[in-house]
Amino acid sequence: MAERPLSPHLSIWKWGPHMLTSILHRVSGDGMATVGLAVFLWWLGALASGPEAYDTFASVMGSPIGMIVLVGLSWAFFNHLSSGIRHFVLDIGAGYELEVNKTFSIVSVASGIVLTVVFWAMVLLV
Amino acid sequence: MSRSTLDRYGSKGTAIGQVRGLGSSHEGAHHWLQQRFTAIGNLVTVLFLAVSLALLPGYDYATMREWASGVIPATALALMIVSVFWHARMGMQVLVEDYVHTPGNKFAAIALLNLATIGGAAFGLFAVARLVFSGAA
Repeated sequence: MAERPLSPHLSIWKWGPHMLTSILHRVSGDGMATVGLAVFLWWLGALASGPEAYDTFASVMGSPIGMIVLVGLSWAFFNHLSSGIRHFVLDIGAGYELEVNKTFSIVSVASGIVLTVVFWAMVLLV
Repeated sequence: MSRSTLDRYGSKGTAIGQVRGLGSSHEGAHHWLQQRFTAIGNLVTVLFLAVSLALLPGYDYATMREWASGVIPATALALMIVSVFWHARMGMQVLVEDYVHTPGNKFAAIALLNLATIGGAAFGLFAVARLVFSGAA
């Protein structure tokens, strides 16, 4: 610790759901910006190149590791969408009361997971 | 209309005098606002992609190509590319600014980010154009 006086409360905090929501917003956003856009461009480029290129893409993405990546990316999208909507609500100055903020944080993380399940149910069943 | 700066301070005002009282230039929140506008663009276009993919009968080349080269899907994909790469560039910029503190490294990271996102978007738009204009599969 430095000799000079420090803010006495910087090290006094405990975990809250809003911290997890914030971290997951950044993780899912930057995950999509890197891995997501790479997979998206591969898909689009393969589709524009022809059947062989597309089959290579499809077989890699259809493998167990590929499926983990796709499920992860779909979760990243729905999670980022849910906590992004939370950001829009916070932007208008609403939702800062402690209990409301806590509930909304939990709801946005949960809705990211629920929407991912709904999406894959549609992919597999429709 | 309220009195102009000229009325209040005269034509020989200092630089700060010329702008005092004119209010915000509404440019300070440029990055923040563009992040919100592109977020709305992403919401609409990526949701369109996700729902369309979920409703497709299969994921083989012929089905996928027929869908993607349609007028509305291809337009949505092109708009999505612009909105998503723009938004990603701004989000990654915030990440760089939060964690890369050395000025030279920060400059290099932003330069690399610009190359990757603009290059990626150009590749994506070219792929959509090729899908649409190269004729029926």
